[in-house]
Amino acid sequence: MKLVSYFRGEAFQRGVHPPSCKLTAERKIRRLPFPPKVTVPLSQHIGKAPRPIVRVGQEVLRGQPIARSDEWLSVPHHAPLSGVVEFIGLRPGMRGTWVESIVIRAHPGATQEDLWGRPRDLSQASGQDILQAIWDTGMVGLGGAAFPTHAKLSVPKQAKVHTLVVNGCECEPYLTCDHRVMVEHAHDLIHGIRYAMRATGAVRAIIGVEDNKPDAVAVLRQAIAWAGAGGAFPEGTIHVEAVPTKYPQGAERMLIMALFGTEMPAGGLPIALGMVVSNVGTLAALGALLPAGRGLTERVVTITGPGVARPGDYRVILGTPLKFVLDYAGVPAVDALDARQVILGGPMMGQAIGSLDVPITKGVSGVLVFRHEDMQEREARQTYPCIKCGECVESCPMGLNPSTLGMLAAKREYDQMGERYFLGDCFECGCCTYVCPSNIPLVQQFRVAKQILREKAAA
Amino acid sequence: MTQPLIEIRSAPHVQGPKSVETIMRHVVYSLLPICAFYVFQYGISALASILVVTAACLFAERYFVRTGTQAGRLSDYSAVITGLLLALTLPPGFPLWMGAVAGLVAIALGKALFGGIGFNVFNPALVGRAFVQAAFPTAIATYTPSFLAGRFTEFIPSSLAWPLMIPADAAIWLKAKNLDALAGATPLAKWKFDGVLANAGDLLTSLSGNMAVGPAPVLILVCGAYLALRRFMDWRIPLAIIGSAALTAWLLYAFDGVRYPNPFFMLFSGGLILGAVYMATDMATSPVTPKGMWVYGALIGLLTVVIRYYSGLPEGVMYAILIANAASPLIERITQPVPFGRGVLDRAKKRATYPLNPGYISREEASAVTPKKRFLPKKPKK
Ligand code: SF4
Ligand code: SF4
Repeated sequence: MKLVSYFRGEAFQRGVHPPSCKLTAERKIRRLPFPPKVTVPLSQHIGKAPRPIVRVGQEVLRGQPIARSDEWLSVPHHAPLSGVVEFIGLRPGMRGTWVESIVIRAHPGATQEDLWGRPRDLSQASGQDILQAIWDTGMVGLGGAAFPTHAKLSVPKQAKVHTLVVNGCECEPYLTCDHRVMVEHAHDLIHGIRYAMRATGAVRAIIGVEDNKPDAVAVLRQAIAWAGAGGAFPEGTIHVEAVPTKYPQGAERMLIMALFGTEMPAGGLPIALGMVVSNVGTLAALGALLPAGRGLTERVVTITGPGVARPGDYRVILGTPLKFVLDYAGVPAVDALDARQVILGGPMMGQAIGSLDVPITKGVSGVLVFRHEDMQEREARQTYPCIKCGECVESCPMGLNPSTLGMLAAKREYDQMGERYFLGDCFECGCCTYVCPSNIPLVQQFRVAKQILREKAAA
Repeated sequence: MTQPLIEIRSAPHVQGPKSVETIMRHVVYSLLPICAFYVFQYGISALASILVVTAACLFAERYFVRTGTQAGRLSDYSAVITGLLLALTLPPGFPLWMGAVAGLVAIALGKALFGGIGFNVFNPALVGRAFVQAAFPTAIATYTPSFLAGRFTEFIPSSLAWPLMIPADAAIWLKAKNLDALAGATPLAKWKFDGVLANAGDLLTSLSGNMAVGPAPVLILVCGAYLALRRFMDWRIPLAIIGSAALTAWLLYAFDGVRYPNPFFMLFSGGLILGAVYMATDMATSPVTPKGMWVYGALIGLLTVVIRYYSGLPEGVMYAILIANAASPLIERITQPVPFGRGVLDRAKKRATYPLNPGYISREEASAVTPKKRFLPKKPKK
């Protein structure tokens, strides 16, 4: 395995190759109809939640800001629908707890055009202005982490950024939304990249795409050549590079490893290497929103899985309840006893949710539905004690020793895990659990351990 | 749509194809040809021995699982592997009742005592063998030649000894077959005590003449290669063992070619290959870290040769592996992998597509400066 990867030049060690299952890679992005009601949770991102600036009963226009905050690590929200604010309060959230949300009921018959946006000319704007404009769109990382984009793209005073790394790997199985965005919205993406380069001061941008998406690579190269010839940017500053297909290639440090052969120092950020990493979906959305002066009100979501009748990539209004989404995508009629699993995100790192009232938020890249049958095989797996096969050690992209970590977790020796075995480096990619023949829920144990360590540190 | 029943699990929601059962099952599959060859060599005695020992292991496993003494299940095949391996290390004419004792002890002391699958510190098959070696020193040293006429119709008399009885003396039986007693000694014992060196080529295939040897090393290597290629076994350990044993033996041979046998004899005689491929690779008792596997294998190879040369015993694989088993937690401790971003930071720079610092910005320049990396494992030009 190692030998093979050496010859193929797979640029980070270890990792896994789950079946890719990209059912929807060939389908055009379609628009999901507007739901009668949307639920916009106030906290959809990492950082502080903004405060609502509308009242119950107030009419809002699509695209109008409905929540805002002056905190740096926070982004505003915009009304996804023209309608009436019906309720502000607690609603089911994706993590199982109820979260503060704004519920908007659509005006029947409203055209649902974005009437709020004010087109502007950013061609002469400074980096600072662009950052401010990005902040105003309410953009967060659409790849799943949901980190506020303006914060990610802002460069601290003492640092200097030379490269913008654009992450188009989409290494999670099943998900294809980034793939489709690259194929269908290449020009928006290039615009987004230009804005991001100007905001950060990067002199080059490199788009890393996994080599299982040759069409995206071809389209992007062509689009770049075309836009470059048109004089939109200095030629040769944006490159597309196919990187080997391997999970988790889409993790920042793995992608940087693949492109530059450099290990990001543990605990560091790409900025230490003079880089900023952003996801293609985010930049494509920026490319479309910034010149139009609009806010983020919709995103592309992959709705897929064996339990979906019409899988595909859909452009979904933020706040659309899952129930509505799944109804439309055709989750066959439900018998109450026919259990299923609904996952927000990809199958490796996604979050299983407990209620279909949960809305689509900014960080949701996929909705995955598994039928009971699909989970049965997994369910039938016996859990054994660790047989020390070493598979997890060989697959952990961070070079940790999940076997020993797992054993320490079972003994509740959390301090040991953190100090001697670098638990803090684990980014919960799930490779170790994926390969474990003993079916040990390693990642789950690590999550618990990290939480406990965090609480200890805080105390 | 009514609200369906929703199941909640933690990520990842997909899982790799390998489970403990599949791994163990494939190990058993790969052992079957070896067992068949063993039966072909020694006839029904060998068959009976394999069956009895395996049955004893399964019986013990079931008992301990049932009583809750150990984890695991009967259907995980790990006890079958223990049984088959144990039978392959015993002499074919080993009294069946002693074989049964060996099987019971292997599981009881080698596995259940520690808590079952995954918790054992020593390879259970070797624990069983070490026990009978101590308990029945004569019987375990009594080998009979392979490919005897009539081996498929007649038991080796010692096989059928009554429980708790001393087995019949094989030498008498051999004399009746017009073979001298020396034919019953293993090539290693012959070398150790009589200075007779068998031909390495003959040892490799186990096919020629009435040698008292185990299954063919070639066959074991082929079966092992199958397992390693399907990734049901780690390839580093056997490679490290064979490599280090060959190196040690070769050094000694080069140093004094008269006193020490040639390295090929060392490699292919006795249980070295079987031990390297099947015993030492037992997952639970070997280190999990890749570097640790090399160290562990090298230790076994070295110890084996040293024990064979300098101790009173002809065979050293078993003790070498048991010692390395005991050392493996320690080996693991000192060979922890270096986490990403914590080691020498420029490790893979030579295979990078883009230099870190953009002294250039165009693509054409990039391909001119750095070698194209994929599918071309070329060393960078200095
Ligand atoms: S979840 Fe953590 S320990 Fe497991 S493979 Fe990923 S980084 Fe390594
Ligand atoms: S993959 Fe599972 S069984 Fe194998 S060493 Fe890791 S934790 Fe243990």
